[in-house]
Amino acid sequence: MAEQQKRERYNIRISGLGGQGVVTTAHILGSTMDNAGKFASLVPFFGSEKRMAPVEAYVRASNQPIYEVGEVVYPDIIMIYHSQVITHGKSYTMPFYTGLKPNSLIIINTDHDVLNEDDIKVLEDLNATVVQFDATALALQIAGTELATNMAMMGMLLGLTKLVSTENIEAAVKERFLGTSFVSSGGTAMLDSAIEKKFKKKEELLQKNMDVINKTFEMADSVDISGSELIVRFDI
Amino acid sequence: MDASQRPQLEKKKADINYILKEAPREQHFITGAQAMAEAVKRANVDMAIAYPITPQSEVMHLVGDIYAQGHIKEYYRAEEELGTMSAIAGAARAGVRLFTATSGPGLLRGLEAIVSWSGHRVPAVLGILTRVVNAPLSIQPDNIEMAYMMHCGAVMLHAENQQDTFDYTLAAFAITEKVDVYIPVAVATEGFFVTHAKGYVDMTADDICLNDFDPVAAPVPAMDNETPPARIQRDAPVQKSNFMSYLIHSVWQQEIWDSNQRAMKYIYEYLGGPIEVQNPEADVFVLGSGCAAAQCREAHRYAQEDGLSVGFIKVKAIRPFPTEEIRDALKNAKSVIVPEHNIIGWLCKEVKAAIPNGGIVVEGPRVYGGMTLPVELIMKEIHTALGLEYDLKL
Repeated sequence: MAEQQKRERYNIRISGLGGQGVVTTAHILGSTMDNAGKFASLVPFFGSEKRMAPVEAYVRASNQPIYEVGEVVYPDIIMIYHSQVITHGKSYTMPFYTGLKPNSLIIINTDHDVLNEDDIKVLEDLNATVVQFDATALALQIAGTELATNMAMMGMLLGLTKLVSTENIEAAVKERFLGTSFVSSGGTAMLDSAIEKKFKKKEELLQKNMDVINKTFEMADSVDISGSELIVRFDI
Repeated sequence: MDASQRPQLEKKKADINYILKEAPREQHFITGAQAMAEAVKRANVDMAIAYPITPQSEVMHLVGDIYAQGHIKEYYRAEEELGTMSAIAGAARAGVRLFTATSGPGLLRGLEAIVSWSGHRVPAVLGILTRVVNAPLSIQPDNIEMAYMMHCGAVMLHAENQQDTFDYTLAAFAITEKVDVYIPVAVATEGFFVTHAKGYVDMTADDICLNDFDPVAAPVPAMDNETPPARIQRDAPVQKSNFMSYLIHSVWQQEIWDSNQRAMKYIYEYLGGPIEVQNPEADVFVLGSGCAAAQCREAHRYAQEDGLSVGFIKVKAIRPFPTEEIRDALKNAKSVIVPEHNIIGWLCKEVKAAIPNGGIVVEGPRVYGGMTLPVELIMKEIHTALGLEYDLKL
């Protein structure tokens, strides 16, 4: 009998502020894994989905079926979309690395160092890797809008983990913005409408998003997440 | 435009066994709310009635969409939940296939009408997308409302994931309409953790639907036209204050619970039985229903990977409760861990009552008020039951 395929699994917790595309990222990440013939499950934290309110979403991604549901309490990967989640205590899970497993990855959207000495000690003990970059600046630089911040964050995650190809991502982004199967809340639908007006054409939106993702893939290529360095910084 | 004039989609009608067991399926990556609405789409529903409450509102919003697309004949939003559930009872008298759904406080607000459905032999399907009931106000997941629902005579199925939500909802329509059952069937699943989460669902094509509802194949007449426009009470003597009314009422209650028991054979036929058992020879079992079963299934996988002797039991049917099946599955067990998404542990109490050695039941871990149930908490209980250390840090 063939040896059973080893289970590879990432439990991802995404924290940010309402309007940054945290929940949208979770949906696209799930579809990306699906397109790659792998597995995902995702769930958002609900109840406060409004602009600037703290928002969390959770994704489980694996090469095998996933049974578990609910929020991710013990993550392998944490994504921080806004430094306020750390410095203002806006995350639902405080401190923001609560439950983090050893040898894990943290990606932070920031243009300055936000970790204090205590944070650094805990994360060093866990042999974590922290990737810091200004995803919002990158989104503005390449897509011309901060609304592509989530694409920069997602691109960095997928570029670092090599879970899927950019073709898999493109299909998922296309389905999210051009497809018909996505069920969005009223607020998200309004935001989509605002994005559409800004870009005039949805096709253009897709291309801008992919440009951001391709750039982060390029950046991620220079990083060894199994290396000994705790914090990896990128200048935008 | 009235319902009779509204265009309906042309579909191929089929038997439930064909739809559930034989029809080709295609995999979709959708939310639990979408899965329930897709089942309604394939169930050839005549009428849906609802009042919105989070997280049920997404299901009924989607059912509204499929109404507009011509998949169901009639849909209306009631004034509030008691009105919704009363309207379902009223519509049942016209002899139509019915669907509604609710959540937490909405279920309790409509409960007075719901508990009368069984006695009125209302063959409706009720989706319960569970949500906290207790104060302080919260809209987070917690399945305590199922405890209140357990004693009204309805058949209750508890779906683990999006796939179950689709299959159980379709099966519910077939079960509720069996002449020897003919009481409502509730399909519960966890709000948000399933309703707003995406998972894989193998679905049949949406141009095939369930055969038309047949109101003639019913244990009670759909409507009494002898006293126009219609007689409200089907069995008038039950309301009179004399000895016969007590007798008739008590006999009627017995009949409802017998009907509930008679649903078990259809749960075997359509869902493969009321429980699922894996690794039946194990010493320690994890047992759960709904998405607690999903967490137990994951814990079971971790235990297998670690070489631990752990079995898994999923309870699909809460009513009728699979007392004999659970007793048999646990006959050699030394410990059974029952994780739950509610504070009182209603499933744990049922399991304790079902087996002769209730002392082996580990009560919990339990989470409530919207908390998630980490698999790691279940692993800790498994290790404790096996006399092993488990390092759990938060």
